[in-house]
Amino acid sequence: MQTPILDFLDVNYNYHTISCETVTLKDISFNLYKNEFISFVGPSGCGKTTLLNLIAGLIEASSGEIKIGGKPVRESTLNIGYMLQKDHLLEWRSIYKNLTLGLEIRKQMDESHLKTVDTLLKTYGLWDFRNVPPRQLSGGMRQRAALIRTLVLSPDILLLDEPFSALDYQTRLNVSDDIGSIIKERKISTILVTHDLSEAISMSDRVIVLSKRPGTIKATIPIKLSIENRTPKTSKNAPEFGMYYNKIWGAVHEKDSENE
Amino acid sequence: MKKIRKTSDTCTSTAQKDYVKSIQRKSMLIRLYQILLLIVFLTSWEISARHGIINDFIFCSPSKLLSTFLTMVRDGSLIHHIEVTLFETIIGFALVIVGSLIVATLFWWNETLSKVMEPYMVMLNALPKSALAPVLIVWLGSNKTTIIVCACSVAIFGSILNIYTGFVNVEADKIKLIKTLKGNRFQCLKLVVIPSNIPNIISIMKVNIGLCLVGVVIGEFLAAREGLGYVIIYGSQTFKMGNVLLSILILCFIAMILYLILEKTEKKLSDYF
Ligand SMILES: Nc1ncnc2c1ncn2[C@@H]1O[C@H](COP(=O)(O)OP(=O)(O)OP(=O)(O)O)[C@@H](O)[C@H]1O
Ligand SMILES: [Mg+2]
Repeated sequence: MQTPILDFLDVNYNYHTISCETVTLKDISFNLYKNEFISFVGPSGCGKTTLLNLIAGLIEASSGEIKIGGKPVRESTLNIGYMLQKDHLLEWRSIYKNLTLGLEIRKQMDESHLKTVDTLLKTYGLWDFRNVPPRQLSGGMRQRAALIRTLVLSPDILLLDEPFSALDYQTRLNVSDDIGSIIKERKISTILVTHDLSEAISMSDRVIVLSKRPGTIKATIPIKLSIENRTPKTSKNAPEFGMYYNKIWGAVHEKDSENE
Repeated sequence: MKKIRKTSDTCTSTAQKDYVKSIQRKSMLIRLYQILLLIVFLTSWEISARHGIINDFIFCSPSKLLSTFLTMVRDGSLIHHIEVTLFETIIGFALVIVGSLIVATLFWWNETLSKVMEPYMVMLNALPKSALAPVLIVWLGSNKTTIIVCACSVAIFGSILNIYTGFVNVEADKIKLIKTLKGNRFQCLKLVVIPSNIPNIISIMKVNIGLCLVGVVIGEFLAAREGLGYVIIYGSQTFKMGNVLLSILILCFIAMILYLILEKTEKKLSDYF
């Protein structure tokens, strides 16, 4: 068996405020393997964003161990790409300058990196828009630009925090298909957080269901669809899709009586 | 005249042309009324002064105002006073911009510092600054420095508070974005906090330029031998109402022009923000 690129071992996380301590994540253990796509689903406020913040190193676990590429988060040299709920393209920069933001921050504005930016722009249909401000792009294109902004840094792990939730339903289907294909094509290990069960099933190799706060892992469901070259869109036509949907729905809505 | 933004849509249909024409006609009409109002005001003022309806020694008259203007232009005193006032205002304004940006940045950087200073800043901001001016004269003497400090004191506290508020209200996720790209605090400031606040800063500056002018005039009332504020206070004491009203009129113009310059800048920038 492969070694995992990301390891969670009994991770707990508590938020502290003056009035109380909020236990947000409890005993979280899971692995993410190379090229794997995992989705986390769970009710609002169960700690999904917190989980991604932990992986991105924005916050530190209260207890437990998180290893990225076998090393603790702080020492890891792997690149983590993080796509937030909104695209947060900076309005005062052109698309091109938005995409090079990460390079600028890391002082990597050299020729080879900039060439990568150009290639990505051309490959994903934003070349003609490189000099316009973000407000001239459609919602789907903005999301794509936000993805490229993280791809520019060639991430080893990609974190997606409900990246499609700001889009309307139709666009959402297309954009998730679009972005899902890009990720598959580039073979990036990915963790997606979403409310949308069918989105989770259609995009992932594994779906992990979190309970309501304090978030614990309720179920891990591997997704095996019997279709060739699945993409998020074609996955929806797989014969097993309905079965998985019911199974995950059941897991999400199951009373977590054993927690009490 | 306002420039009409180019769009990809057609701007040539007759309905569109008619619409543009009607808008233009309307704005011309408004301009016409504005000028008419001014003419009516000036003529009735002049007539009532000439026919003794109002006392022209106290209320002056447009023709007297004009002759005062011409004598003051000829002897060069008007230009001199304007220069002095303008110079003090602009120096004060520049100090306010630079000072409040630096202080607001420090407050943003160090939350403890901002918490400690907050009540003092609010208090200083609420203080009627004209009460400060006599104190400043005692401390700093009757000179230009006092007047510039006076101008700064009127504007700077509010300016710091407003800029700081803008800084801390930057969308938290935008800061998070920079952090996920492994940016440090300075990069957050440079790449997100300041650029996203440019429009806010400009509109604060629009208020400040007026406040600085107020501060300069207060200062000149009390501590000057030159400048428009001095002309006003000296003129009123010696009943040279022409000088007083003329100076007030010129202050109006100065305030308007400085404001318009900033507004132009704002418009230019709004294309990018
Ligand atoms: N900075 C914070 N300080 C204190 N508590 C926090 C903080 N951020 C989040 N929390 C709490 O932690 C819990 C988990 O938050 P988190 O944002 O991870 O949830 P989520 O699963 O992403 O929710 P959603 O689906 O609504 O995005 C929430 O109940 C929230 O109230
Ligand atoms: Mg969240």
